[in-house]
Amino acid sequence: MRKLLLFLLLCSNAMAADKAIVVGSKIFTEGYVLGEVAAQTIEASSPSVPVIRKLGMGSTGILFQSLSSGAIDVYADYTGTLTEAIIKNPNLKSQREIQAALGKLNLVMSEPLGFNNTYALAVRESFARQNNVRTISDLARLKTPVRAAFSYEFMDRADGWPGLAAAYHFALPPKSVNRMEHSLTYQAIDQNAVDVIDVYSTDAKIRKFDLRVLDDDLAYFPVYQAVWVARKEFVQKYPAQWDVLQKLAGTIDVNTMLDMNAAADIDKKSYAEIAAHFRGAQAQVSDTFTSRIAHRTVEHLWLVAISLLFSIVIGVPLGIAAVRYHTAGQAILLLSAMIQTVPSLALLCFLIPLFGVGTKPALVALCLYSLLPVVLNTFTGIRSIDPRHLENARAFGLNGRQILFRVTLPLASPMLLAGVKTATIVSIGTATLAALVGAGGYGAPIVSGLSLNDVPTILTGAIPAALMAWLAHGLFEVLGKILIPAGLRVRT
Amino acid sequence: MLELEHVYKSFEGRTVLSDVSLTIPKGATHALIGSSGSGKTTLLRLTLGLIPFDKGYVKINEQALSTFTPTEWADRIGYVPQEGGLFPHISGKQNVSLVPGLRNWPAARINNRVEELRALVGLDAAILARFPHEMSGGQKQRVAIMRAAMMDPPVMLLDEPMAALDPLIRSTLQEELKAIFQRLGKTVLLVTHDLGEAVFLAERITLLHQGRIIQTGTYRELYLTPADPFVSSFINAQRSLPDVSAVA
Repeated sequence: MRKLLLFLLLCSNAMAADKAIVVGSKIFTEGYVLGEVAAQTIEASSPSVPVIRKLGMGSTGILFQSLSSGAIDVYADYTGTLTEAIIKNPNLKSQREIQAALGKLNLVMSEPLGFNNTYALAVRESFARQNNVRTISDLARLKTPVRAAFSYEFMDRADGWPGLAAAYHFALPPKSVNRMEHSLTYQAIDQNAVDVIDVYSTDAKIRKFDLRVLDDDLAYFPVYQAVWVARKEFVQKYPAQWDVLQKLAGTIDVNTMLDMNAAADIDKKSYAEIAAHFRGAQAQVSDTFTSRIAHRTVEHLWLVAISLLFSIVIGVPLGIAAVRYHTAGQAILLLSAMIQTVPSLALLCFLIPLFGVGTKPALVALCLYSLLPVVLNTFTGIRSIDPRHLENARAFGLNGRQILFRVTLPLASPMLLAGVKTATIVSIGTATLAALVGAGGYGAPIVSGLSLNDVPTILTGAIPAALMAWLAHGLFEVLGKILIPAGLRVRT
Repeated sequence: MLELEHVYKSFEGRTVLSDVSLTIPKGATHALIGSSGSGKTTLLRLTLGLIPFDKGYVKINEQALSTFTPTEWADRIGYVPQEGGLFPHISGKQNVSLVPGLRNWPAARINNRVEELRALVGLDAAILARFPHEMSGGQKQRVAIMRAAMMDPPVMLLDEPMAALDPLIRSTLQEELKAIFQRLGKTVLLVTHDLGEAVFLAERITLLHQGRIIQTGTYRELYLTPADPFVSSFINAQRSLPDVSAVA
């Protein structure tokens, strides 16, 4: 088992050569765009050093772990997030203080890239012109009461609406402040049902719905300056590459980022294209919709096929052993059932320190999850064989090996194949979670779509995944006709 | 010739067989009879070499079981399990060819032997191509006999050959079975709980009770000179239909 895991590890390790630079990213549009910008910038400066993109890995926690374990070298995050989630001291405000605190964790932070992705208030452009509103103070001073729709989080956070209203002496009657699901507030303001909503300052929907972001003239909102975060070893080993990334500081302002996010979310351009456009270069990859789906299909198939192969190679012998050795067998079954109860996100988190990020931990997790149906069905399949057949085989002089391959496995094959089928279909579904650790596949659009509440994007992952499950179902019907001995098939 | 000499067997301190001795001359058909719990299944399993025994010898043609490998022993004793015991996942032909195939017989030799035995048991080639669940009880039984005879073993062992068949087929098959045994010319031990079947098929009968042989002999000997009151009560317990005049 350990040898196989090790082999699995080496297999997928072949892709991640030691001298490559690994760029990670958080799992939403802006993270992808910035990750691609970093990757292309490094590639352009030093073509001899390969760059591996592990984009859309997850939230800050996963990226911080990956950075610490050396699974990635650099990614983009925000000062506010770093102080809250990693340093866990929101009182740190200045650049120097944050850099010093990160230094103790063996991390290096760049100068701000230029834009601040924080909470903001936005109004319709037409409303802003009619009422001559540019700043939040302007809005607070308006005579006619404005109608607001705020997200639950914004309403509840101390640094959200309550504090904002106090700071700006905003006196809105409670009746005109609606609490809504964030994604629906855009529809509300677009249809003139409300006048002001809370937004993130670089949200692509600001462009889509033609909104104006009001200046936070009293500097009320916390600052979320975008920065590069890197491992100290990376900065020491690749000073020139870190230098070109540092040079991007101050070059991405709010409007540039808004444009890039809109290009991705609204115009559906590829991140590679957007990053290339930003750098004034031609996009090198022709990354069309179909080629993206084809690419994800290959990634997804690879994840499912390889993990399944290993779970069969490991699971069938374990199932056979579980029948033969009673105590060990119960332990095997219990263990594989226990693995099944570990939430997939938690399992992936455990695996990152051991296997890094990307395909490796995803394959291990998938292999572990498909183990139970394979082991259990092998065990049950063999146990349900009439024991007289096995004794008869011995009486006819068949040796252990001949009994296993001529009698036991053929008689258990319908059950065994059903187990592998379950494992496959579960794997196709579970493999979508692999995107959380940067393994790609159909999960990539699902996870980023979920974070953006962008249903069409979710569907570009969910529909192919469902189709793949359906095809797998059909494939097993055919396999059943080939692999299950004819004498067992006819009975229905 | 099949011989059992002073065989003892106990399970977890409980004696199951005690001093069992039995000689079946070459070409003879012998029935081992006893009620359930008499030890006849244990005797069958240890004769097949499936379980070890504590003392004594099992010999075929004066060579002891212990001097053979399991495979060599299996090739000397053709076994017909209850209800035929055909493997359900393969066809009749594949069941019959399984063991010679594993012994690397060339296909032509296997086919010749299959044809030879098929004629002997009187089975259609089409039926041999079927899967066990597509065969009748009698057909399964015949295929199972072919399978047991493939390696041309000196001894054949049949476990309750008629138990699962309905009465009409049973009586027809009994006659055919008797003929098949004669044509095969093998030393046959059949294990049964049915005295009628034993009397019909076998020249001699051994009655086993509580792990001991009570008596061995012809039906006539058992009936006329019972070695023990149990022999008579066993014979009398086999219910036959009452005389019509005795029924109201």
